[in-house]
Amino acid sequence: MPFLSVHDLSVQFATEDGIVKAVDGLSFDVERGRTLGIVGESGSGKSVTNLAVLGLHNPRNTAITGEIVLNGHELTGAPQRTLEKLRGNTMAMIFQDSLSALSPYYTVGRQIAEPFRKHTGASRKAARERAVEMLRRVGIPQPELRVDDYPHQFSGGMRQRAVIALALVCDPQLLIADEPTTALDVTVQAQILDLLKQLQQETGTAIIFITHDLGVVARICDDVLVMYAGRCVERGTVRDILTTPRHPYAWGLLSSVPRRKAPVDAPLRPIPGTPPSLLKPPTGCPFHPRCEFREYVGDTRCQDERPMLTLDSGRGAACHLPAEQQKSIFAEQIRPLLGRS
Amino acid sequence: MSEQLSLAKPALPSQRKGGPLLEVEGLTKHFPLRDGFLFKRQVGAVQAVDGVDFTIHEGEALGLVGESGCGKSTTGRLVTRLLEPTAGQILYQGHNITHTDRKHLAPIRSQIQMIFQDPYASLNPRQTVGTIITGPMEINHIQPPGGHEKRVRELLETVGLNPEHYNRFPHEFSGGQRQRIGIARALGMQPKLIIADEPVSALDVSIQAQVVNLLQKLQHELGIAFLFIAHDLAIVRHFSHRVAVMYLGKIMEIGNRTDIYETPRHPYTHALLSAAPEANPDDEQERIRLAGDVPSPINPPTGCRFRTRCWKAQQKCTTEEPPLLQIAGNNTGHLTACHYPQDPTTATP
Repeated sequence: MPFLSVHDLSVQFATEDGIVKAVDGLSFDVERGRTLGIVGESGSGKSVTNLAVLGLHNPRNTAITGEIVLNGHELTGAPQRTLEKLRGNTMAMIFQDSLSALSPYYTVGRQIAEPFRKHTGASRKAARERAVEMLRRVGIPQPELRVDDYPHQFSGGMRQRAVIALALVCDPQLLIADEPTTALDVTVQAQILDLLKQLQQETGTAIIFITHDLGVVARICDDVLVMYAGRCVERGTVRDILTTPRHPYAWGLLSSVPRRKAPVDAPLRPIPGTPPSLLKPPTGCPFHPRCEFREYVGDTRCQDERPMLTLDSGRGAACHLPAEQQKSIFAEQIRPLLGRS
Repeated sequence: MSEQLSLAKPALPSQRKGGPLLEVEGLTKHFPLRDGFLFKRQVGAVQAVDGVDFTIHEGEALGLVGESGCGKSTTGRLVTRLLEPTAGQILYQGHNITHTDRKHLAPIRSQIQMIFQDPYASLNPRQTVGTIITGPMEINHIQPPGGHEKRVRELLETVGLNPEHYNRFPHEFSGGQRQRIGIARALGMQPKLIIADEPVSALDVSIQAQVVNLLQKLQHELGIAFLFIAHDLAIVRHFSHRVAVMYLGKIMEIGNRTDIYETPRHPYTHALLSAAPEANPDDEQERIRLAGDVPSPINPPTGCRFRTRCWKAQQKCTTEEPPLLQIAGNNTGHLTACHYPQDPTTATP
């Protein structure tokens, strides 16, 4: 049984301009010891999905439907008290911006010790020792001294390490990392990705890794879910998605990133247009206004009929193109652009 | 929209490069650190840029890469004279503009334009697109034939926006469209050199490619030279003819893009290239892991600035600063500042 199972999740916000359908019928599973990457552009619903799992949406303007089952417990509609016991304990989150995720008024050590004391009832002294141990585990030099530093005394990479230590202090079984390396330099990003991988091997934590960077996906994820306009457009293993993607949006993502090994003069092939407004998502396939392959399907099918995501052993794409055509278009038109054999 | 242009023809790097447009020698910027009450004494300096040399030829794109805090943005701001250099000189078309006053600088400034990173902060939210793009033209007394409005509409079309958007406000546009407005504003000055400081890093992946293709099209069609500042190595390779790698205020390595990406000699260039992830699960190249963070530019290491994180560092690196030279085995114009460079033959392709 998967550790986290999300079924038919929808999240809608009431705003002044109307109802925003941020997530629309999303289903996925995360297994213990595996990393699921959620890929998509800003506004595709990646972060909203995970805030829903953590129960962090304001219930007054948010309507959440569907099922979120964590280790056999239903989380949708669960009382705040239950969620509070789980958050920071069984499930934890690493935020993108480490400077705003830490309070400037408290020492790093105190911030790491606090959730540990709350969830385990440990003494001040034991919690402090635990904080030192966590800082050592994430590779902060001289943790006995740095535990009393304030966040501003840490560099960007060290702060991100401290945030990881904070998330891992109660040995969570599910870790949600929302763009944890986007604000970091490449050399530090490589260190953090190695660290997360190593910690996962030690503890068997399930990780949901939200990112827009397909290079990062290649390094850390086992499975990938591609989101567009609040829906899952393609799912598969990391190898499936990066080497034989089936959905035109995934093709667009891959061919719009320059590659170091492609010929220098190969032009980038951007996805035309801009992502849709979620106040009025397009009818049928949400990607059809930007899709260059809708003529292959013919008529107005892409406009009228919403393609369903059917999975065959965890693999599938929500697209009306027949499977054979997906393969031939990718092989003939997309793969040559990627500079791979 | 301009997307079709990118599909039509592969962009070739301009073959005919003119003479030197911008020459920078020994450029240095130290930001003083002051302490004390009443009489603020200078207690140190952030050595943001420390003796940087490079040349940009007419119509050429020079990429400047490095991690945050390496001084790449400061270099861009020094070249546009938004910051006053501490030492060194800047020659534009042979004229020394290092300390030229505002009045005499004005005609040159209109030829050196800037594109900023944040498309939200760099456009005035209270002005219409028309006013934003016309502003610099009016300040510089540029009277385009047919009037300002006609010119703005042309510019909007050039950057792939609808000319009917003349009277709209920035909030009505997406990030990528706003960046196009910023580009149109720069183009209104008919610049010879554009300093693009992380022009696409705030944009979504699919939109980044649109903007990079637009900039490349402008570069080829209008022959504008670029100083392209970015941290994304793949985008810099795609856009620039030559590339300079900066670390803690100094250029570590500079050369043609093929030299830098195919046969890098400096260990830092190697480390940067191997740290940047590629979207390819079969990318099994051996990775070099740098330990620790970039040291503080207030108190940079003696000798070679990279030695504290370098796996090849020896005693000599502590005492002697390596000069930026065309070391043995390098192609012409490929300069490396290292005592113990990587072998060009064993370089990862």
